Amino acid sequence: MSNLPIDPAAAVPVDTESLVSSAVEGPSTDPAHRKKKKFVFVRNAKSITGIVILVVFVVLALIGPWIAPHDPNETTLDLLAGPSGSHWLGTDHLGRDVFSQLLVGTRSVMIVGLVTGIGATLLAVLIGVSAGFLGGVTDELLSALANIFLVLPALPLIIIIATQLKNVNSLIIAAVLAATGWAWGARVLRAQTLSLRGRDFIEAARATGESTWRIVWFETLPNLTAIIASSFVSTVTFAVLSQTTLSFIGVLPLDDWSWGTVLYWAQANQALSRGAWWWFVPAGLLVAILGMALTLINFGIDEFVNPRLRLAGMSARQMRRSGIRPRIGFTARVRDLPRTYAHPTPVAHATPVAATSSPEPKETVR
Amino acid sequence: MKFLLRRLGFYVLTAWAAVTLNFFIPRVMKGDPVQALINRYQGQIDQDAVHSLYVLFGLDKKQSLWQQYVDYWNQILHGNLGISFTFFPEPVSQVIKDALPWTIALVGMATIIAVVLGTLIGTYLGWRRGTWADSILPVMTFFSSVPYFWLGLLFIALLAIAVPIFPANNAYTPGMTPSFSFAFVQSVVQHGFLPALTIVLSSVAGWILGMRNMMVTVGSEDYVTVAQAKGLPERRVMYGYAARNAVLPQVSSFALSLGFVVSGSLVMELVFSYPGIGAQLFAAIGAKDYPLMQGIFLVITVAVLLANIVADVVYVFLDPRTRQEG
Repeated sequence: MSNLPIDPAAAVPVDTESLVSSAVEGPSTDPAHRKKKKFVFVRNAKSITGIVILVVFVVLALIGPWIAPHDPNETTLDLLAGPSGSHWLGTDHLGRDVFSQLLVGTRSVMIVGLVTGIGATLLAVLIGVSAGFLGGVTDELLSALANIFLVLPALPLIIIIATQLKNVNSLIIAAVLAATGWAWGARVLRAQTLSLRGRDFIEAARATGESTWRIVWFETLPNLTAIIASSFVSTVTFAVLSQTTLSFIGVLPLDDWSWGTVLYWAQANQALSRGAWWWFVPAGLLVAILGMALTLINFGIDEFVNPRLRLAGMSARQMRRSGIRPRIGFTARVRDLPRTYAHPTPVAHATPVAATSSPEPKETVR
Repeated sequence: MKFLLRRLGFYVLTAWAAVTLNFFIPRVMKGDPVQALINRYQGQIDQDAVHSLYVLFGLDKKQSLWQQYVDYWNQILHGNLGISFTFFPEPVSQVIKDALPWTIALVGMATIIAVVLGTLIGTYLGWRRGTWADSILPVMTFFSSVPYFWLGLLFIALLAIAVPIFPANNAYTPGMTPSFSFAFVQSVVQHGFLPALTIVLSSVAGWILGMRNMMVTVGSEDYVTVAQAKGLPERRVMYGYAARNAVLPQVSSFALSLGFVVSGSLVMELVFSYPGIGAQLFAAIGAKDYPLMQGIFLVITVAVLLANIVADVVYVFLDPRTRQEG
């Protein structure tokens, strides 16, 4: 299993307030323009690529078993045959169609991914936001809990739990994955909640006598959307990789087709040393492509959360078009425009971590 | 100092949590693995060993849960992790002792290479942001999403079977006696190359991305601009001013992601039949060898915690703010 896309920048408290205001400001009288601003955090080339790939997988998960050309368990006499017209990705040692196995297996992969993602994100929000909001001893305890789960090596733990469960199915494995995979999201959400808690608009809400529940639900959570989305996406990656690994090592039942099951059979029958690449390579590629799509979505979210990355994410051509010369000296310069700083220079925070939360001089970008 | 003490407290807490988790998992499990074992090795297990197994599995119904817990700790602290089912009658601690050095050497070396390489490449990509360097990023995400074992098996197919440059399995040529002779070391390096390459390739992307993003974030700080305005050499600004501050979160995320890297490496060992702790773990799963499985989990956790402590000490060394008293 590869590591989760851990992004230190995402762990840094980011000034979402200024982001929100920056997303709203500007000429937005044009209704089409305003509409476009809505899903700003998924509105760049990287996230769109990622989302398109993800949607394809979701559709395959829904219709896969119907469009599969063969029954994945149907044995034929074409043993270990290479790709051909009737078997697009060849057959395995029993003459079963690999392409159909992958198509049918997509559903189980997506179910585990989504259920784990939802479960772990709910846990992360619950624990992270309560830790950040309640503070004090509760915060200490919940943070310690999250850190323990982060440090414990997840895979051996999952393996031990999975081997001792009876009747393991996709939903149970998703529950186990969610129970072990929520900690990173909780940690990031706690940091962001802490930074939000002291903001003026929360103070104002408190002063007007809003209940804590309402402050959490209507004032805090909407400002955490991007981070919640990012933590959801990372968890799905983690779940897909873990499920594939667990199936591959034979901990999960083999009658339920998934990409990992295909890899298990391929490895158990020495597919690669027998030259049957069609049996082994596509399943791994699918995992990698799905993971890549999810990481790309996260890139988009990161660039939304951290405006410095957004600027860095602009392609060279876009930058030229906006009149920005990417200097190695890092400070992007706008030609023919006086440089204006609308923000007070953040001198109070000498620490690099704290300084990241200072508003970005966006005027240099315009 | 206060920072280190606080961290130390956290590690003690985590170690306690891991042991406690290990204590409770078999207790929620149904069935009686010890009875199954006794049946398998009829008459070969003496009474003390049976008792020790019952304590480890919590099947000693005469005792209160608390008493069981105390006994369990007592055994663990004496280094008694029970008796392995598969390597019967060898104790679990001996099995682990034989396997652990291989894993630590391989995963340790590969991780250090990946971190150093990833941080250096990330520094460069972050510095050159907005140029062609950005187009490498999507390619990187591909490698970060590939399952370790899949990449490992591909390497075996390409570099050990199709073009036999490297050996496909084991840690050294079978038949050699482990020693510090040149031939043996050479054999170990040759056998370790593909597994290490797998770990480095699939984990380096995470370090590159993390460092690159931090470089971009830190790079727009005023002190970097000032350093540049002073006319310092570019190299000095890049390493001395930007990278130096950008590397801090890298160190803390190193500590946190170690658990993931180790998890991935375990499966990789299975693929390469590397005689490390991961291969042992999977052998234990296959044989339903619960004492060995739990012992390995415990040892892996302790190893990850130790690596975390090292990362914390490095952090204190790098970041003067943590050294301030009060």
